[in-house]
Amino acid sequence: MDHIELSLTQSLDHCIKCNICTSACPVAAVTDAFPGPKYVGPQAQRFRHEGQPVPDASVDYCSGCRVCNQVCPTGVKIAELNARARAQIVAERGLPLRNWLVARAGLVGRMSCGPHAPLLNFGLRLSPARWAVEKVIGIHRKAPLPASSTYTFRAWFRKHRAPATARRQVAFFHGCATNFYEPHVGKAAIAVLEHNGFEVLLPKQQCCGLPLISNGDFKAATSAHEANVQALVSYARQGIPIVGTSTSCTLTLKEEAPEILALHSEDVQAVAAGTYDIFEFLRSLAERGELKTDFRPIERHLPYHQPCQYRAHRLGSPAMDVLSLIPGLVLEESHAECCGIAGTYGLKKEKYQIGMDVGAKLFDMVKRSGSDLALCDSETCRWQITHATGVTSKHPIEILAEAYGLEL
Amino acid sequence: MRTIETDVLVIGGGATGTGCARDLAMRGMRTILVEKGDLTHGTTGRYHGLLHSGGRYVTKDPQSATECARENVVLRKIMPHCLEDTSGFFVTTPWDDPAYGDVFVKNCRLTGVPVQEISVQAMLRREPVLNPRISRVFEVMDGSADSFLATRSTALSAEEYGAQIWTYHHVVDLVREGDRVTGAVVEDLRNGERIGILCACVLNAAGAWAGKIASMAGVTVTVLPGKGTMVAMNHRMLNTVVNRCKLPDDGDIIVPIHTVAVIGTTDVHVPDPDVYGIEPDEIQFMLAEGDKLIPGFSQYRALRAWAGVRPLYKDRDVANDRDIPRTFKLLDHAERDGVEGMLSIVGGKWTTYRLMAEESVDALAKRLGNTRPCRTAEEPLPLPPTEHQTTFRPPVRTTGPGASVAAEVEALQHAPLYWLGKHLAEVEREQSFADLICECEMASRSRVLAAIDAGAKNLDDIRRDVRMGMGPCQGGWCIYRTTALLFERRGQDGLSQANSNDALLHFLQARWKGLVPVLWGDQLRQARLDELIYVGVLGADRLRPIAEQGGGLVTDNPAVATEYVKA
Repeated sequence: MDHIELSLTQSLDHCIKCNICTSACPVAAVTDAFPGPKYVGPQAQRFRHEGQPVPDASVDYCSGCRVCNQVCPTGVKIAELNARARAQIVAERGLPLRNWLVARAGLVGRMSCGPHAPLLNFGLRLSPARWAVEKVIGIHRKAPLPASSTYTFRAWFRKHRAPATARRQVAFFHGCATNFYEPHVGKAAIAVLEHNGFEVLLPKQQCCGLPLISNGDFKAATSAHEANVQALVSYARQGIPIVGTSTSCTLTLKEEAPEILALHSEDVQAVAAGTYDIFEFLRSLAERGELKTDFRPIERHLPYHQPCQYRAHRLGSPAMDVLSLIPGLVLEESHAECCGIAGTYGLKKEKYQIGMDVGAKLFDMVKRSGSDLALCDSETCRWQITHATGVTSKHPIEILAEAYGLEL
Repeated sequence: MRTIETDVLVIGGGATGTGCARDLAMRGMRTILVEKGDLTHGTTGRYHGLLHSGGRYVTKDPQSATECARENVVLRKIMPHCLEDTSGFFVTTPWDDPAYGDVFVKNCRLTGVPVQEISVQAMLRREPVLNPRISRVFEVMDGSADSFLATRSTALSAEEYGAQIWTYHHVVDLVREGDRVTGAVVEDLRNGERIGILCACVLNAAGAWAGKIASMAGVTVTVLPGKGTMVAMNHRMLNTVVNRCKLPDDGDIIVPIHTVAVIGTTDVHVPDPDVYGIEPDEIQFMLAEGDKLIPGFSQYRALRAWAGVRPLYKDRDVANDRDIPRTFKLLDHAERDGVEGMLSIVGGKWTTYRLMAEESVDALAKRLGNTRPCRTAEEPLPLPPTEHQTTFRPPVRTTGPGASVAAEVEALQHAPLYWLGKHLAEVEREQSFADLICECEMASRSRVLAAIDAGAKNLDDIRRDVRMGMGPCQGGWCIYRTTALLFERRGQDGLSQANSNDALLHFLQARWKGLVPVLWGDQLRQARLDELIYVGVLGADRLRPIAEQGGGLVTDNPAVATEYVKA
């Protein structure tokens, strides 16, 4: 067994049962169905062994938000242990159709995106349809499903004419959400990068695999990650930064897929090291004095929620840091652990209410702000915030593009 | 002094004594068993938990190997809830004589120990942490055994058949009239009351203490207490018992049992079974030996160290204690020493305890004119109230030398075999995860209360029943909870707060003893947190003046104290 793998499997030994994770866990705080990270993580792990029947089921209520990892004083990789335990359950008991479906964001997106999208979106807004979807598939009737786009981001990019002035290159990882549901986020990112003198390359790519990991389908997640690594490694080797707007996709490429799926080849490591969240990248430009600061003032006071998956990058608050350069713009941080959606978690019939309760603190804060706009880096969190508060939400890159006065 | 009459007085509440009491009671003989501590307080509760296949003794002690192989099958049938079918490997590492493998297989065949060679690749598929430089692997029917639960279950059966089991009763003296032992005077350690027991025969099953008991009747029995030190690691990095394929030696076996992996053992002669210590070099040596089987073993978290004393019976000169046969011996003191009314059963292994009881009781029955046959090999043991009435049956082994036995045992449809996930599965089924008293070992409130109601005399008794305090935090979170439950439950029976305080201090001290030898890394960090909980928050260091033994508890008595020379 190699050392990276050992450091994960042995990490349960570092648990001193202090309960800090249990008291920080946003899920355990709102439901009795989840016994908490200490219990389902290092504690239950001592009762599990490969090749033995899976003894437990409550670990499935872990949302994968990684707050536990962040607060653990001794470095137990709780979220990873939980993800693997869930995969063991899936390997033994099979993947329910609902989870199979929600784990395949790319497939669902590809089928729903296109000229027929408005009709589909209309249909999915009808309550009888949602009732049927809940009964048949198990996706909660109120859960925030994104509206599909009439065109894909990649189709737009093919027609997009880049300025000829670029001096440097970046590779853009758009993820499923930007491609099928929110091409405008990708367009804003391209505009900002090009404004700063970059030529944006668009590598072949597929779903980062995070929804597959969260739903315990490690086989499909592994092939997704291996395909992405194959497509991205040449960029990483040439020193071309791989930049993404979806914080959970970039976290998956950097860390989650390699660690949880035990993929540690040199190519995997090269891609992990060469991947950046977009604001991490822009902040490093700013630190070197290479970020353009020709901002128009935006006299606004906006609530900002840093997603749990972004905090898991352990980078501080890059979006806050960069947006603070915009004159007049004041951001109010949510200080909320999690919005509750956790990717596909809050969509599920039995977990929807848990997700809503987890996010209550954030929703309160957004509503109290009185703002008609909230900022958040992660797509599913944005959908959840808008669903729960009625307040429009945007990716911070959209505000940055606006401050640059860029046409989208 | 109150005097009671019985047919047989059994001395010793370990596996052997309890097994004897059950067999006696099942054959209809009036039986009282006395034990100075809790059941399994001696060697039975301090071993690594191996259900022997017999493999360890095929060369040096063939009789013991054959006995183990037979009893291994019997025990699987009568106490499945106490046993886990882990299977076992004998592996040839680069440090072992490669020629011994063939000798081993030949001797397994001669002694009737089922064995099957498997490839190193197959071994690594099953246990990827094992040393890839291992050259040969032999699979045997090793398993792991919960000796606390097994003894508790055996005692329960004995009681159902009418035997009286008196724990915390210390033998003050044996009564000898002329050339005959006619009974004993025992002391109830809870209150100091002395009781006379008149009996037709005394059965000395005191294990490492058998010499001390025999001397009370003026008879010399030489039992060499051989101290064996063991270290429990925080989790099971493997699921199969692993032995070095060589003649038995120190640190050559790792047993996955319950949630831990135990490496054992050393073998050091000690003059007194009540006085011994754990030396740092013993721990270092065993962890280094562990590295040969599992590279990096010494870097895993060590949870605790403890030692037990083997009851090795010496009736001839042997140079090395390991060379003393592990088989047992029944001593008839009438024939041997001219003293009637007493038998001693000495030596042996946990795995052969039932056979030892059968032979002892056969001899006793003959003497007392009882002709009823032994049925302990057929009738399964009852489940104590601390056990879940589980219905889940783990998958039955279908390969390896244990496969046919596994099928045979399964066909009996007795209680399911124990498996690693059992307690977690039960807690999940009951949804009792918010009501765990010992979180590490998943002991729920109802099981802890069952242990208290079953008559626990201190927190250590509860530990033996439900593993409370045996996990990574070594009682950091469960000692004060259990103390509170003990007080709540027994308060009306005269247990005072001062008595509860004493129970808490007693158990803290007992846990500390086993922590001291492994205080580094994660466990040191754990001990620091535990110290903050008990000293920093709860002020346990200031409890002594308001702590007092009593209320039916036994926390401090020289008769049951095991003294560690070095702490």
